[in-house]
Amino acid sequence: MKRKEYRKPKYLLSNIILILILSIFFIPSVWIVLTSVRPNIEINARPPIWVPRQLDFTSYTALLGRVESAEEFGFGQSVPFLDYARNSIIASVVSTILALVIGTLAGFVFSSFEFRGRDSIFLSFMLARAVPGIALSLPLLILFTKIGLSDRIYGLIIAYTAMNVPFTAWLMTGFFGEIPKELNDAAFIDGCSRWGAFLRVNLPLILPGLAASGIFAFLTSWNEFAVASVISRTTASKTFPVGLFDFTAEFVSDWRGMCAMSVIMLIPAVIFVIAVQRNLVKGLTLGAIK
Amino acid sequence: MNRTIIGGVSDRTNRIYRFAIDETKYLPIAFLLPAVILIFFVVGFPMIYSLYLSFTDFTLLKPTGYEFIGISNYITLFKDRIFWLSFRRTILYIALAVNIELILGLVIANMMSHIVRGRGILRTIMMMPMMFAPILVGLQFKWFFNDQVGLINNILYSITGHPVIIPWLVQKPLGFITILVAEIWMSTPFMVIIFLAGIMSVPQEIFEASEVDGASGWQKFRYVTVPSISPFIFIAMAVRSLDVAKAYDLVSIMTGGGPARRTELIWTYVFRLAFTGQKFALGSSMSFITVLLSFAFTFYLFRKLLKARKI
Repeated sequence: MKRKEYRKPKYLLSNIILILILSIFFIPSVWIVLTSVRPNIEINARPPIWVPRQLDFTSYTALLGRVESAEEFGFGQSVPFLDYARNSIIASVVSTILALVIGTLAGFVFSSFEFRGRDSIFLSFMLARAVPGIALSLPLLILFTKIGLSDRIYGLIIAYTAMNVPFTAWLMTGFFGEIPKELNDAAFIDGCSRWGAFLRVNLPLILPGLAASGIFAFLTSWNEFAVASVISRTTASKTFPVGLFDFTAEFVSDWRGMCAMSVIMLIPAVIFVIAVQRNLVKGLTLGAIK
Repeated sequence: MNRTIIGGVSDRTNRIYRFAIDETKYLPIAFLLPAVILIFFVVGFPMIYSLYLSFTDFTLLKPTGYEFIGISNYITLFKDRIFWLSFRRTILYIALAVNIELILGLVIANMMSHIVRGRGILRTIMMMPMMFAPILVGLQFKWFFNDQVGLINNILYSITGHPVIIPWLVQKPLGFITILVAEIWMSTPFMVIIFLAGIMSVPQEIFEASEVDGASGWQKFRYVTVPSISPFIFIAMAVRSLDVAKAYDLVSIMTGGGPARRTELIWTYVFRLAFTGQKFALGSSMSFITVLLSFAFTFYLFRKLLKARKI
């Protein structure tokens, strides 16, 4: 539907205000990228220097293990960047895939079967989502220590998968609910089993839902801090968010290094979110309308 | 197609029919089992364990040989002034954050709905903060509001011409406000995206009809836009309230609840009790009470939602 009012001057003021507001939401990202490639002298200059005079990529080379001067990252200590990257990628990707498989199966059941206790189980999934990571981290630490999962990537994967399953199940219930019942009936008439109907008829139709849920699960794991900060002690399982926290714990706060690490942490998030933007919006709003 | 018609009531069809019945019985259980087991292992069991520990004098220093001490943790907690302080502050934080985000979200979404060309790009720009980890937002805003080299004080320096050193994160109301600003920056986009989708799903004729009736811009917004997207508002408010109630990452990195408990919220206090203060069991009791409150809220919400949606 075309919105005819578009060129009417009455929206001119509104549009100017809108652009101002949007820039408040956008400028911090630009500022972080900019700061990560400026020399420290400029960043800490008084009076402040706004327009960069030179670019300096040492923060990135330092993150990749080539510490050039003692001033980088506190007192010449290098950040175990590659360890963080490995742990973060493994924990997020594996837990996202597991959560998608388990959550999709659950969503399929919630949307296409009638049985006693279905609503209770669905509700208990939502209750599980209401428990914050920090509340889980305390008892999980004790539990994981007992069974040898603390400070292990496996531990994080299990925790993240469980934290993502409820939301995935909820989104997928909505997406499965969108599929007309007649399609399933047609599949049965054609001789499909329930499993066959799920695989051949439903699965292709819910791919957009899978994309949206996958992004949410990935972002949750990729950005998770509360559980990881308690369970991870060493570079064996420390992820990016925990590593970032270390920056503030340093005696000297290295804002440039922090910015460089933030940029690297943001890159996968930005790529994925932009790639599946449409599905993301649909996934978010499905709960409201159905 | 042909096969089914020719098959009729043959043996094969009967077998499929029998299978279908068995599958309806066992398939839901088989499909749900992994999710149920996993959630019980990671969420259910730890919560029960945490409830059990809250009746003992367990600390991380003394993991064995702790004693059962009844409800005395809960009594200590209810007498604890800081618990009530952080509790009230958390409620205030949720109320302010969610309502300001709601208003900003409605206004921005309404403005964006008037734009035809380039709305997709604007939406992508608006979604930028959603990609930030809470921990990242906390760190950035801690830096932006740094008293020495922070962006805000630098801007004030350049405007006024002489050094401005406002300790944003330290002074009494400022610390709380700064955290609130970070939270609003981080989460308003979520509201905007949902409300924008809501407004776009409203038939254009309704807006045109109200214009014919001579509604002003504000009247159109107040009496047409907002009521038409009320389900979207309901779900966004619900999701956000629950998420803000979980606030930990952001506050933890910006101030850690300090200085002198000026920005202490429930979860930073739980963390402080359990880990820094070595009062793990007391922290557990506090955590349990808070989670129970969240449960009550979620339960109420999803009951309403399930009724409206019938899954």
